[in-house]
Amino acid sequence: MTQRLPLVIFAIVIAVIPFIPGIPPFWIVLLDNIGLAALVAMGLVLLTGVGGLTSFGQAAFCGFGAYTTAVLTTAYGVSPWLTLPASLLVSGIAAVLLGIVTVRLSGHYLPLGTIAWGIGLFYLFSKLEFLGRNDGISGIPPLSIGGFRMLSPDTIYYAIWIAVLIAAILTMNLLDSRTGRAIRALRRGHVAAEAFGVQTPRAKLLVFIYAAVLAGLSGWLYAHFQRAANPTPFGAQAGIEYLFIAVVGGAGYVWGAVLGAGIVVILKEVLQSYLPYIFGGQSQLETIVFGIMLVLLLQLAPSGVWPWLMSRLPFKPARKTPDTSLKLPARGRAPATSGVLLHIEKARKQFGGVVAVNDVSFEVNAREIVALIGPNGAGKSTTFNLITGVLTATSGKIFVLGKEVENAPPQEVVKLGVSRTFQHVKLVPDMTVLENVAIGAHLRGSSGAISSMLRLDRADEARLLAEAARQIERVGLSDQIDQLAGSLSLGQQRIVEIARALCVDPMLLLLDEPAAGLRHLEKQRLAALLRQLRDGGMSVLLVEHDMGFVMDLADRIVVLDFGTKIAEGTPAAIKANPDVIKAYLGAAA
Amino acid sequence: MNTTILLFLLQDGVTNGAIYALLGLALVLVFAVTRVILIPQGEFVTYGALSYAMLATGQVPGTVRLAVAMGIVAFGLDLFFARKALRARLVLRSAALNIAFPIALLAVTYAVAGPKTPIAVNIALSLLIVAAIGLFLYRIAFQPIAHTSVLVLLIASVGCHLALQGLGLVFFGAEGLRGPALSNVALTAGPLRFTGQSLAVYGLTIAFIIALWLFFGYSKTGKALRATAVNRLGARLVGIRTTLSGQIAFLLASVIGAISGILIVPITTLYYDTGFLIGLKGFIAAIIGGLVSYPLTAVAAILVGIVEAFSSFYASNFKEVIVFTLILPVLVLRSLAAPAVEEEKD
Repeated sequence: MTQRLPLVIFAIVIAVIPFIPGIPPFWIVLLDNIGLAALVAMGLVLLTGVGGLTSFGQAAFCGFGAYTTAVLTTAYGVSPWLTLPASLLVSGIAAVLLGIVTVRLSGHYLPLGTIAWGIGLFYLFSKLEFLGRNDGISGIPPLSIGGFRMLSPDTIYYAIWIAVLIAAILTMNLLDSRTGRAIRALRRGHVAAEAFGVQTPRAKLLVFIYAAVLAGLSGWLYAHFQRAANPTPFGAQAGIEYLFIAVVGGAGYVWGAVLGAGIVVILKEVLQSYLPYIFGGQSQLETIVFGIMLVLLLQLAPSGVWPWLMSRLPFKPARKTPDTSLKLPARGRAPATSGVLLHIEKARKQFGGVVAVNDVSFEVNAREIVALIGPNGAGKSTTFNLITGVLTATSGKIFVLGKEVENAPPQEVVKLGVSRTFQHVKLVPDMTVLENVAIGAHLRGSSGAISSMLRLDRADEARLLAEAARQIERVGLSDQIDQLAGSLSLGQQRIVEIARALCVDPMLLLLDEPAAGLRHLEKQRLAALLRQLRDGGMSVLLVEHDMGFVMDLADRIVVLDFGTKIAEGTPAAIKANPDVIKAYLGAAA
Repeated sequence: MNTTILLFLLQDGVTNGAIYALLGLALVLVFAVTRVILIPQGEFVTYGALSYAMLATGQVPGTVRLAVAMGIVAFGLDLFFARKALRARLVLRSAALNIAFPIALLAVTYAVAGPKTPIAVNIALSLLIVAAIGLFLYRIAFQPIAHTSVLVLLIASVGCHLALQGLGLVFFGAEGLRGPALSNVALTAGPLRFTGQSLAVYGLTIAFIIALWLFFGYSKTGKALRATAVNRLGARLVGIRTTLSGQIAFLLASVIGAISGILIVPITTLYYDTGFLIGLKGFIAAIIGGLVSYPLTAVAAILVGIVEAFSSFYASNFKEVIVFTLILPVLVLRSLAAPAVEEEKD
């Protein structure tokens, strides 16, 4: 359990701090505030740093948590502990409603949307009669266990930091799991993740709700810590500050949230107490310094303090090696021993006036390697996107195992046993090769977010990682298994993509320029691997520009030119086909 | 409700909407060129308005000192980034723009500031001061990170907003200010009274919409600015000076912001932090316009103004709530209409 050691040490240090003789009570208040901010920032780490969804509105979710308990305890006399689930539920439900609307938004619309509803909710809090308008609600009872009432900052201290530690453990568990990998893949765009069955809208909504529930928890604690709730700490300014905390600490790191909260809360305190001495009694000077520091930070250290600190550690955390003896059961599917696997009938794709794929028809049979070739812009990658459901065909039909696909989304196509690689590599560069490949096995696992957080997914997880490791070994990248995918050469990244596609346990493998960037020997190894896969019963459809590679390997070749199929046949026949020669070399003089 | 109230509310809504339209246009302009979502736009409004109001009382606003300070930092950055190839011409040009210009502005302001200064001079000074701040803001905060993602630029933008708003409190104090009217002309049409002020608002808004639309749609410089936004590297390769594009965009945005501020400060009392909310309403309009369309942004802004006027009449407590939730259905429609496209990030 060496990985848990730093955590245990941290917990002990936190537990001991209040007992240090002579520690100023004010420090404990600061630590309380740090813990409260860290909870919100941890949600943002998952949402923004890992999932790539920026929210300026987290403070509003704190508001939901705080006001829920404030109303229930003061107006209805409910015990504070009973309001905890209510607070979490209310922030969760608010997140579902806002999330359904906002997480669908792409790019910069999302942060702008969060600013808008963040401000809207702030005004709502400050205008509603039953929330006490601008004055808020006071006289909230303290938390208590038996007769012990957590009235002072150093008693609620434990409640806050236990919450922080539990949240940190749950978050780390979540990130290190099947669901976590799906979340981590979100930031790099949705196409690759969806090609392996990840329901990206659902994954986005999940992190959104998770972040909101953590904020709600922070709000609930805040209400019982301050024993009052008013709109000010839940406004736009606070929302911006939480994001600032996450960015300062390192938006992609769970402990970055705690570190960032520490830095920002202490800095704010120092600025608030000393700046007036330097510049006279004006208030708000700290926001000036804050703003300037935020800009400076983005220019000098955009990834935050935590990764900078970690890279200076003398030792590197050890990575686990998966036990490859565990077997993942093959996917249930119709046996495909002979016959037509993929049948494309007059598939057509128009982008405005451009016909990218013009009524193309061809078939891929079982145990066959078919190559799709043609000059640049011939429509090869578009054909791939039509087959895998990334694009919907303008007209025409695509059948897999005799069943029409009918513009199914990528997540459904991959379930049929069709997996793919991409022309422009789509790996998550800051995940290891093993984790990237394991995304391919997404559909073969079943553990959800809750079981991942509680570590009930370990058997499932071990089988997934074992399968991933086996496929990595199969493509010959075992030495690189623990390296970050972004650190590999482009050729190796393409091979990683093949391993990821193999993790699907496909019957048909679509490879988009797999040999580009490979050296001669590597190409030979790739060709041998593909032959071996075919002999094992898999079919391969590949797009490739290296003619030597294609002619050697393919059983059959389909040639496209300007979106139209101009030839089909064995390599020998294609080499002699005058239309093909014309398309590649121009008309003979 | 009778027709008179209806007309009053509409007039009020259109006047406010026109201001939001101006700001929305500036936001679209900056985003289209630099990909920066300009949260500090609201500060340009307050800086312009309150500088003008302070000049009108004969005081020298602190903003002009800020312009000098920012100019010095900008000059330092210019020197630092050009340290490998320092040429006299380059240094001189940078010094003229970043040092000489704001210092001249400071000197002129101190020389002419007084209770008797003509309104036109005060307006010109306020505009120049805010223009200088806008220009230097781009140089200092955004030019070094111009190549990064929209998100990083957005967070930096929020940082600038915090700093500028805080400085606004230092310069103008917590008390609100009001400026003298630009003209005392008034027209009466039925029950409605149009002041020269509101007529100026309409006229300038329409003029800016048409000018920007023509500039970006039809002029070569305008197209070059748009090309910068789509692909900085590509734009540079075909000879567009991308940093200049960003500076022009910020210059225009800050001037538009300052004009809006000067137009409204005689009508309503502005506080150092009023600009943020006004700017955000411009945002709602800009977002409805998809951050690309000028005419659509203008129409949306008028709509925001009218919704605001009506909700302040019927549910004044929930005015802001209603205006800010207005954005949600729009965002939903937008995302339904244009399904998310794959973005290559980082």
